[in-house]
Amino acid sequence: MNLWYTEDHSPHARFSIRVEQHLYTGQSEFQKIDIFQTVEFGKVLTLDGYVMITEKDEFIYHDMITHVPMATNPGIKKVLVIGAGDGGTVRELTKYQSIEQIDMVEIDQMVVDLCREYIPQTASQLDDPRVNLFFEDGLKFVRKKENDYDLIIVDSTDPFGPGEGLFTREFYGNCFKALTEDGILVNQHESPFYTEDALGMQRAHQRILGFFPICKVYQAHIPTYPSGHWLFGFASKKYDPIADLDAVAWNELDLITKYYNTDIHVGSFALPNYVKEQLQDVE
Amino acid sequence: MTHLSQEKAPIMEALNRYKHMRVVPFDVPGHKRGRGNEELAAFLGEQCLAVDVNSMKPLDNLCHPVSIIKEAEQLAAQAFGAKHAFFMVNGTTSAVQAMIMTACKAGDKIIMPRNVHRSAINALILTGAVPVYVNPGVHEELGIPLGMSVQDVERAILENPDAKAILINNPTYYGICSNLQALTDLAHEHQMLVLVDEAHGTHFYFGENLPASAMSVGADMASVSMHKSGGSLTQSSFLLINNEMSEGHTRQIINLTQTTSGSYLLLSSLDISRKNLALHGRQVFEKVAQMSQYTRDEINKIGGYYAFSKELLNGDTIFDFDVTKLSVHTREIGLAGIEIYDILRDEYDIQIEFGDIGNLLAYISVGDRQLDLERLVAALAEIKRRYAKDKNDVFDHEYINPQVVATPQKAFYAPKKNLPLAESAGYISSEFVMCYPPGIPILAPGERITTEILDYIAYCKEKGCFLTGTEDSAIQHINVLKEVE
Repeated sequence: MNLWYTEDHSPHARFSIRVEQHLYTGQSEFQKIDIFQTVEFGKVLTLDGYVMITEKDEFIYHDMITHVPMATNPGIKKVLVIGAGDGGTVRELTKYQSIEQIDMVEIDQMVVDLCREYIPQTASQLDDPRVNLFFEDGLKFVRKKENDYDLIIVDSTDPFGPGEGLFTREFYGNCFKALTEDGILVNQHESPFYTEDALGMQRAHQRILGFFPICKVYQAHIPTYPSGHWLFGFASKKYDPIADLDAVAWNELDLITKYYNTDIHVGSFALPNYVKEQLQDVE
Repeated sequence: MTHLSQEKAPIMEALNRYKHMRVVPFDVPGHKRGRGNEELAAFLGEQCLAVDVNSMKPLDNLCHPVSIIKEAEQLAAQAFGAKHAFFMVNGTTSAVQAMIMTACKAGDKIIMPRNVHRSAINALILTGAVPVYVNPGVHEELGIPLGMSVQDVERAILENPDAKAILINNPTYYGICSNLQALTDLAHEHQMLVLVDEAHGTHFYFGENLPASAMSVGADMASVSMHKSGGSLTQSSFLLINNEMSEGHTRQIINLTQTTSGSYLLLSSLDISRKNLALHGRQVFEKVAQMSQYTRDEINKIGGYYAFSKELLNGDTIFDFDVTKLSVHTREIGLAGIEIYDILRDEYDIQIEFGDIGNLLAYISVGDRQLDLERLVAALAEIKRRYAKDKNDVFDHEYINPQVVATPQKAFYAPKKNLPLAESAGYISSEFVMCYPPGIPILAPGERITTEILDYIAYCKEKGCFLTGTEDSAIQHINVLKEVE
């Protein structure tokens, strides 16, 4: 059998993975959900035909979206995670004994239910007693919060479809309001490589800029995302991700990570010139 | 009239048949199904240009319908409960003008509220009809013009028993309805025609628990903007007639000003939208009302904003309220509606219908998604957090009772001179000044210019309203009558 999953990474470039078995297909209220068994990447979750996670490379994304802010401010106690239905971000956060509360807001309960069933690798810690699950619109949830969270992680889909609202100025402004005075906002920041993604990336950067005194972008290499070159946004009211990194303290925690370390933490903020230019264009 | 199935869409079906015939076009339009204008075809789509065709036997003729357009008109009439429905392709403006021109000749009086759309007063310039204005009054807190009170209209009727017709907004831009049944009955008792501007009321014909529609209360004519809540293409509209109104005469009046090259894009969009509303309108507008109510509740929870609804009803000048409208009073947060309108677009990429001094209006339709509603609410919450000011910064007068000195037609065509706006107080205006939207004149031809009006215009300018109406596109000069009466 010759069964392949193919995703358009741009209108003129495609990425394909050989599929062993199509484990699940269904339509939720918000999006089309598919889960594949593959040889190369293990289980693969796609939403509306876009890869969200694969068992093989999800660690890169989840390490980088959580440990960078956590190492910058080890004092973080209360975290809001928006999106992240696969549970991978929560899994990483629960490694920190110091965190007291994790609120996770995912619009689509079906994604969470299916990941619990098919992809326990990421969904394994969703039952941690510190985790509260809310199935509602992230923008609506955060609008009602004020001075409440030390860290907000926006682990969203792309800026079209159900995740649209999480790339807007009103959302970032609401996040600013929902954060404490030393709060940090980390978001999935799209890719600088293909034209459409780069526009979304620039728009996101421009919209965050207005609110936070510290706005940085860092990168990682995620093979199954378009171009593999992926960015994260780091916006903060007080802590600088490099100047305030306490590498010794983080290393003393002795956490096991597969991608993140304190050297890569610093190095990930070193950006290629073409990315710097794109960011400067909107600054 | 024989009963027709609302499943049918005769104009769309005829266009489909016509496409399949693969007729060689040696007629206009010269783009010839788009082949002669590649860039246009690429931009609008070949499918669209393939049905941008001329009237011809198989496709009927809008000026004198005998086949498929006639059938489509009958279907529309049936769907709206009218005696006849005309397809209008020059906007609801042309429908309003056709109503007034059908009812009134030069010198005839017509009773109307002053907060009419410019199209109604334009019709007075064209016909020479004489307006008898009924002051709609202003809501004290919200500063918006209301409906007409039955008592005021009765007084106007008794003082002007020779008036030929009465024009009613159903609803106003903000969603406010007069007592349409009582006004219609009253006018009919005095042998006056009832003309209803339903530019914002298409859905009244299809939704449940919505205000009464013109045809349902026995009004004589109604102009219905299908392209607003009805879902058809911009500029397409229906003119409905009822009772003893003559179909033939009304069509003659329409043909005085309507194009002889009616667009089949617009006609088919009316036909398809009528079908959709007839079959699914009830569910569609139930959903729209729910979305509006949800958004209204969430906006009211923010505090400072007041998204108003049926609690305003007073049995007369606010006889009913259109709950699909999302009108929001903004004065308590110290920002003019127009300022929020601009911030929403410039900062949040959200375009709303309009903002005036104390209010804004967001148009909710079946095309809206829950996530878009959340964006609007979140953006309003953010605007309050970031920009709220002292409420005393906002002017608190919207409606200024006009002093009508000459008829609109006489003032428009009279010998005139051009003055700087600031020096025009005391003169009689020969032209309009209005904010667009909503397009309700601040000054109409024939009205006296006062310092109060000039202050209001200056304030609107300062707040960023888009002013229009005068010959001078910068709205710094105004034409006034040479003779001061």
